[in-house]
Amino acid sequence: MIPAAFDYTRATTVDEALTALASSDDAKILGGGQSLLPVLRQRLNAPELIVDCSAIDEIKGIDAGGDKVTIGAGATHHAVMNDPAVKASVELLAQATETVADPQIRHRGTLGGSLAHADPRADQPPVALALDAEFTIAGPSGKRTVPASEFFIGPFETAVGEDELLVSVAFPKYDGWGSHYEKFNRTAQAWSIVGIAAAVRMDGGKIAEARIGLTNVGGTPVRATAVEQALVGASSMAEIAAAAERASDGIEPFADEDADVEFRKHLARVLTKRAVAKAAGIE
Amino acid sequence: MQHISVNVDGTQYEGDVEPRTLLVHWLRNEVGKVGTVVGCDTSNCGACTILMNGRSVKSCSVLAVQADGASVTTIQGISTGDDWHPVQTAFKECHGLQCGYCTPGMVMSAIDLLGENPNPSEAEIREGLEGNLCRCTGYHNIVRSVEKAAELMGGAK
Repeated sequence: MIPAAFDYTRATTVDEALTALASSDDAKILGGGQSLLPVLRQRLNAPELIVDCSAIDEIKGIDAGGDKVTIGAGATHHAVMNDPAVKASVELLAQATETVADPQIRHRGTLGGSLAHADPRADQPPVALALDAEFTIAGPSGKRTVPASEFFIGPFETAVGEDELLVSVAFPKYDGWGSHYEKFNRTAQAWSIVGIAAAVRMDGGKIAEARIGLTNVGGTPVRATAVEQALVGASSMAEIAAAAERASDGIEPFADEDADVEFRKHLARVLTKRAVAKAAGIE
Repeated sequence: MQHISVNVDGTQYEGDVEPRTLLVHWLRNEVGKVGTVVGCDTSNCGACTILMNGRSVKSCSVLAVQADGASVTTIQGISTGDDWHPVQTAFKECHGLQCGYCTPGMVMSAIDLLGENPNPSEAEIREGLEGNLCRCTGYHNIVRSVEKAAELMGGAK
């Protein structure tokens, strides 16, 4: 289908984008367009104004100076998953990004766009949540930062206001941690039915610290804190499996054509076990 | 209307477009590149794959205005006169098609894949083409075609 008509402006700086956003009370931000274009084509949304932010060079860089890896919201999935600093210090993000859609979509789609779109099935939000990423949002009164724990509000809803633009996401460095993204779906390029993002810090063959994020088990990504705590000290598959049983604690998954509630809870437990075992290198 | 200027298959094209015009529709209807086809219209199938600034993209998921200033290569721009691109030759030799509808997109994705990885394994080919669907399910010969293309292009051992 062809989208409904809209006005279009291409911003080349963050300030231009903010000015354009302020000029309309029905504007949508276009990043890579890999989520927005399908929405427009199916006429699930028909905004008055599209603010194209794909030509804002200042939000495309990846900076690994200091104790964080700061990724511009406009960096493509392809750039993120191939970046040496991301692979070295935020490997879990690279691993999850490799599973996003397909190569063509990863060439256009952006990390910031995916996080701000906040599809409950998306692969990177649980990584941002589990790794305590910090979101920098620009608005009419300047920039503010929001922790991942406060960024995801509901399905397709985040802390980014109507007149604001997500400009970067900063990840603490996790050098030396083991990690794995375990995605369960039925066909290549499909969304996760459930996905588990796991990172562990090992010490003397035991798990010293763990970070676990779940996707598509609710309206927002979920941090599995009960599993994280139960994993401390684990050194065997049996101990990992016991801790992973807590992955369904407190989650309220929905039923859809892919899975019912009980199956999603089952997947949360089984996939958490697999993800942690692979992250920890324990068989 | 927005004025755009796009290099398509080595020729500069200019025109005014409605912002909502999809790149694939502009390429087919205004530039005449009807070799690039629309398959699913939901950004799943990859039949409309082209190269934009050298990398594969689904032209149904890009606005024509976003291609302003870009360089685009379609299936109609990869041969040199009567000399086919090695990927085209390989698809013919290995019969990497049945009905042929997915073929323009498969060929463009294969070119992108081989540009990044000149000697891909079978698994890497299958993953590299995950954004392209063949509704005839003729994947085995498509994979063989890409292996053959790698050989023709000098990448395979």
